[in-house]
Amino acid sequence: MAPTAAASAAAHRMIGRLLPLAGFAALVALLYLGFTLRDPTLLPSALIAQPFPRFDLPILGGSGQRATEADLQGAPRLVNVWATWCPTCLAEHAELTRIGAETGLSIIGINYKDDAAEAIAWLARHGDPYQFNVVDADGDLGVELGVYGAPETFLVDAAGIIRHKRVGEVNPAVWENEIAPAWRNLAATP
Amino acid sequence: MIVEIGHFAAILALLMAAGLAGAGFLAAANPAWRGLTQALALGQLAFVALSFAVLVAAFVGNDFSVAYVAQNSNSALPWHYRVSATWGAHEGSFLLWTLIAAGWTAAVSVAGRQLPSEVHGRALGVLGALNAAFLLFLLSASNPFERLLPAPPADGADLNPLLQDFGLIVHPPLLYTGYVGLAVAFAFAAAALLAGRLDAAWARWTRPWTNAAWAFLTCGIALGSWWAYYELGWGGWWFWDPVENASFMPWLAATALIHSLAVTEKRGAFKAWTAFLALTAFSLALLGAFIVRSGVLTSVHAFATDPERGVFLLIILALAVGGAFALYALRAPSIGSRATYDGVSRELLLLANNAILTLALAVVLLGTLYPLAYEAATGGDKISVGPPYFNRVFVPLMLLLAACLAIAPISRWKRTPLKLFQKAGWMLLAAAAIGLAAPLVFAGALKAGAAAAAALGTWVAVVLAADCWRRRGALTRSYLGMAMAHLGFAVSLVGIGATSQFSSALDARLAVGEAVELNGVTYRFASLSQVDGPNYTAERGTFTTDAGVTLHAEKRYYAASGQVMTEAGIAAGFLRDLYVTLGERLPDGSWAVRLNDKPLVRWVWLGALLMAGGGILAVMDPRYRRVRVRRRSADAAAMPHPAQSSG
Repeated sequence: MAPTAAASAAAHRMIGRLLPLAGFAALVALLYLGFTLRDPTLLPSALIAQPFPRFDLPILGGSGQRATEADLQGAPRLVNVWATWCPTCLAEHAELTRIGAETGLSIIGINYKDDAAEAIAWLARHGDPYQFNVVDADGDLGVELGVYGAPETFLVDAAGIIRHKRVGEVNPAVWENEIAPAWRNLAATP
Repeated sequence: MIVEIGHFAAILALLMAAGLAGAGFLAAANPAWRGLTQALALGQLAFVALSFAVLVAAFVGNDFSVAYVAQNSNSALPWHYRVSATWGAHEGSFLLWTLIAAGWTAAVSVAGRQLPSEVHGRALGVLGALNAAFLLFLLSASNPFERLLPAPPADGADLNPLLQDFGLIVHPPLLYTGYVGLAVAFAFAAAALLAGRLDAAWARWTRPWTNAAWAFLTCGIALGSWWAYYELGWGGWWFWDPVENASFMPWLAATALIHSLAVTEKRGAFKAWTAFLALTAFSLALLGAFIVRSGVLTSVHAFATDPERGVFLLIILALAVGGAFALYALRAPSIGSRATYDGVSRELLLLANNAILTLALAVVLLGTLYPLAYEAATGGDKISVGPPYFNRVFVPLMLLLAACLAIAPISRWKRTPLKLFQKAGWMLLAAAAIGLAAPLVFAGALKAGAAAAAALGTWVAVVLAADCWRRRGALTRSYLGMAMAHLGFAVSLVGIGATSQFSSALDARLAVGEAVELNGVTYRFASLSQVDGPNYTAERGTFTTDAGVTLHAEKRYYAASGQVMTEAGIAAGFLRDLYVTLGERLPDGSWAVRLNDKPLVRWVWLGALLMAGGGILAVMDPRYRRVRVRRRSADAAAMPHPAQSSG
């Protein structure tokens, strides 16, 4: 074997041995990019930054009045999916009431797969923090919103674009760490 | 006060681990230091154990002045969950990780005393450095001993209800024992590269440690899968979720390593490749820890994520793995193996095993990291890689692996006379007939994947049984362990084939008293009752089948955290599971109910247990201890090299 051929074989071996190191360096770079680029507390939701889905539904207790997605626009709103059969909705009710009363953020309810008479009685019993509720008796809007189960809460900006999604209870910690910052961001970036 | 003792013990353990890193390398040059390495290894274990015991005591005693306890426990939580809550979130689970790492280190220090000091010392030095990094991370970025003073809360926020479960008491310890156990193979490989002796003896020392870690990892993964099956309430047992993949990748690498080590020990071949796998397996365990804890990928299992910790973990990962691969680039033996083989030899089959497992590993790694790369490349668009990708690529690879595995036990090193495979060929025909007939008889239908899995699984079992019979009277524990693990693979394969192709599910709207039929079984919604648990209230639906089986499905409301959990009602059976979950109550008072019929799903985990049992059986083979006894009596300088045919 000529010396040059031996040298080139050695160089090939060296490249082979450096390959794991190079691959790993690329991986570290990717991982570093990965968590500097994003806020990892957000679940990927297809709905974030999308317009609120179109709907045309009756208003709860509203003798035939209807509401559409256009009624959400004009100011940031919290859209809360709830039902009387949902114990967690009752658990978060006090916090929603507090948010509605203390922060001035308007809250719209979606009464999801529920009985309208029971829902009205439930609000009479526990208090009503909602500006209004739409009746989603068949859960069609729920499907559009990708609701896993009640309660779920969406932060929608003044243009009707979904900015945040919370699956499960809204408690003071969730409000303070998750939703309130997202709401303040909306105010900061018109 | 006692909590501060735990904190202080962790600091002492850090100092000892750092000392061990230094003393280990000194001992490699001068054996006089070996006594100190052992003292430091044992001392480190003692202080981490004390630290861990203090945290457990804080949980059991409901000391809510400790922030970590207040966040993850509650006075209404039953005592056994208060104990397991210790490792229910990030800080405590990392303390458990360091405890287990200290345990493995102490074991290596004691059990490896007969190894040459230039390898043993360096291995302990590497382990000491790793432990020091873990403890430094614990104390600086995730300290479980921080107090909420001067105003401690009256009660705690409660443990995540998903984790209030037997499976989660034992799952993390088993998984971590597997993960960190791979650090031993990593340390031995790094030590051997540093010492410049990548030989058969090195492979022999590494094998039992790798087998043991692999067995724990197997159990841990199987337990996680079983837990997801009954606790998440979807009837699924594997989701190709990033956290699952994070535990599966080291397992694939460790499985390849176990087989590659056999070739390196017996034939002196694949040396550099084996060292590479040993470094890779633990690197993937660290990568898994990073993925799970940094929140870099979203997952159904991720309970403990924090981006700030991610940077620290990434630094540990970069130093440990980058250092190891740099060492590999510098020191991997420049001469390839001189061992030769041709035809269908055992070397060739083990090479096929390694090629298939490495390819499978690459498939999982790509699928796991692709969403991250996509997001980085597109500047924030999200994409998820789902089961269809993984299944499409992974299933054919595993069937191919099963085919290689079937004839491996009867193969010979160097070259196998083809007539040895003749009988196995006939067995394949018989197994194929069984594989085609079994789904027809039991399910009344034929599906290609299930039939292929059943045929190959039967083939593996039959060839193994025949080979055991041929070797009767001369069966070593190594061989029996291999046979048991391979049988376990076959059992899992058959179970996966059957349950993924013949499972049926039905969503029904049921009121109390109504019944519905699925797959020949009639389920009656017998009653609904309110049940009060220790820290939750639940609605319990009782279902009965026409065969007299009773199932209890619950929907639980945990007051302290405000979370709702479904608890599936499962009638477990060897041949099939019946599985009922309560959905939501509908306005008319009826319930959305999901019924699942899962044939052979138990086989998936039974096979994993057999695999783990096989690994442990192989560790217990006396041949791994024979070397030491001989060295002690004869003080032999060279490692004996018995030529046994079992791999």
